[in-house]
Amino acid sequence: MGGRSAHTERREFIKMGNYSVFSLVKNAMTGHQNWQRAWRSPAPKPEYDVIIVGGGGHGLATAYYLAKEHGITNVAVIEKGWLGGGNVGRNTTIVRSNYMLPANTRFYEWSMKLWEGLSQDLNYNVMFSSRGVLNLAHTPAQIDAFARRGNSMRLQGVDAELLDRDQVARMVPGLDVSESARFPIIGGLCQPRGGTARHDAVAWGYARGASDRGVDIIEQCETTGFLFDETGKVTGVKTTRGDIRAAKVGVAVAGNTSNVLRTAGVNSLPIESHVLQAFVSEPLKPLIDTVVTFGAGHLYISQSDKGGLVFGGDIDGYNSYAQRGNLPIVEHVASMAVAMFPNLSRLRVLRHWGGIMDMSMDGSPIITTGPLDGLYLNAGWCYGGFKATPASGWCFAWTIAKNQPHALNADFTLERFHQGRTIDERGAGPQPRLH
Amino acid sequence: MRIPCPICGERDVGEFTYGGDATLSRPAMDETDTSVWNRFVYDRENPRGPHLEYWQHTGGCRAWFKLQRNVLTHEVGACELVGPWSGSPGKDVPAEQKGPVK
Repeated sequence: MGGRSAHTERREFIKMGNYSVFSLVKNAMTGHQNWQRAWRSPAPKPEYDVIIVGGGGHGLATAYYLAKEHGITNVAVIEKGWLGGGNVGRNTTIVRSNYMLPANTRFYEWSMKLWEGLSQDLNYNVMFSSRGVLNLAHTPAQIDAFARRGNSMRLQGVDAELLDRDQVARMVPGLDVSESARFPIIGGLCQPRGGTARHDAVAWGYARGASDRGVDIIEQCETTGFLFDETGKVTGVKTTRGDIRAAKVGVAVAGNTSNVLRTAGVNSLPIESHVLQAFVSEPLKPLIDTVVTFGAGHLYISQSDKGGLVFGGDIDGYNSYAQRGNLPIVEHVASMAVAMFPNLSRLRVLRHWGGIMDMSMDGSPIITTGPLDGLYLNAGWCYGGFKATPASGWCFAWTIAKNQPHALNADFTLERFHQGRTIDERGAGPQPRLH
Repeated sequence: MRIPCPICGERDVGEFTYGGDATLSRPAMDETDTSVWNRFVYDRENPRGPHLEYWQHTGGCRAWFKLQRNVLTHEVGACELVGPWSGSPGKDVPAEQKGPVK
């Protein structure tokens, strides 16, 4: 009976909450006073089929796809803060699938395909914009490497275009492409389908979609430990709002992975937590209508719809859980921005912040069953987690529902590091600060 | 963040290169158990709090040292030289001079 009333309530919720031009007009008539909350805020039940620890983009997407693709709706997402307060609201919103190694390419390309239909799928405008992602090249060796990566992408069905300097100049008018530039540009590799999406909307859209399908999203509820049965199988979580039991517990907590798994008795992982800073400038008229990345000096920059330039660079390079970085990176990123776009030299920075990256030892993610019975792990996103959000949730949901990985994430195991199967896109070796 | 180099004194973090977790010790070179090597190369405790770590003063004296640092607050604590210089007296510049080693 309880299930049936919840189902009826849910259908009512879906009907009330569907966004369309008609709902917009209707709510405009009443002064926008009657919009439904985008997701419910229930108290935790004592037991669920699946608990997802971490209400970031990946956790919410996992819950959404568990409900949508696998019909598993008795799910709770446990979030220690508020939705959108972690890395899903701290990234620089870039979406791309321009990887070279097959495991990464097919996974990120599936993510790209999900991005392309995401607003319609969620009935929520995530403002995905295929404005192109351009990697700049400064040396013949870099052009060769880009041609190789571009060929690898095209062989795997991903769009890639190798550009010469004149094409780069036409694509990005503000860029200093002169031969006297501090770092002269000789070309670039462009993925035209890449672009940006509004990160907050991704969290909110997945939260709403999951909540509509019956998932309980429980904010302000920190996971402090795990429950086990006598065989050592994980049977739930301890939280600041009491114990919650579940047959399956998925962990998707990005930079806090080591910390959360330590409370389950897993004391070491192939992960280091590092701080990555990001910046937003004061708003400008349209200046950069694509995403430009300067890998040689490490800068990536795009312009938000509000006009602010959104940019970032390297991680600070030392272990950190502090969600704030230090000044050398601020100086470095600013100087790289001015080297590429001299017209930014007097632009003021409006905001800057840090997020904690779960840097894996090979720069590639982990989506797997384990490391304990009843536990599932989604981690190791380095600083590329945002673009992975849809496929990460999709693959993690599959892995949890079927107790085995999908072919798309079969290579993203935890054991690969000890098996000589690392997926080291950059060829940097086991040094997290270099990926 | 400012790092106290045992030789040059307290300097800006930009002069230093990070060397990772210093609680790990390299297995003996005749160690043949790959799991021992794998743990050394890949597995980290990654604590959220006090962390003992290696740094090198690449923009100064180039010495390697171990630093105790809280990775949650970025508060730095004790440091000590490592390598052939560790324990040898007379290398320390008084902290108030803070001059580069020529």
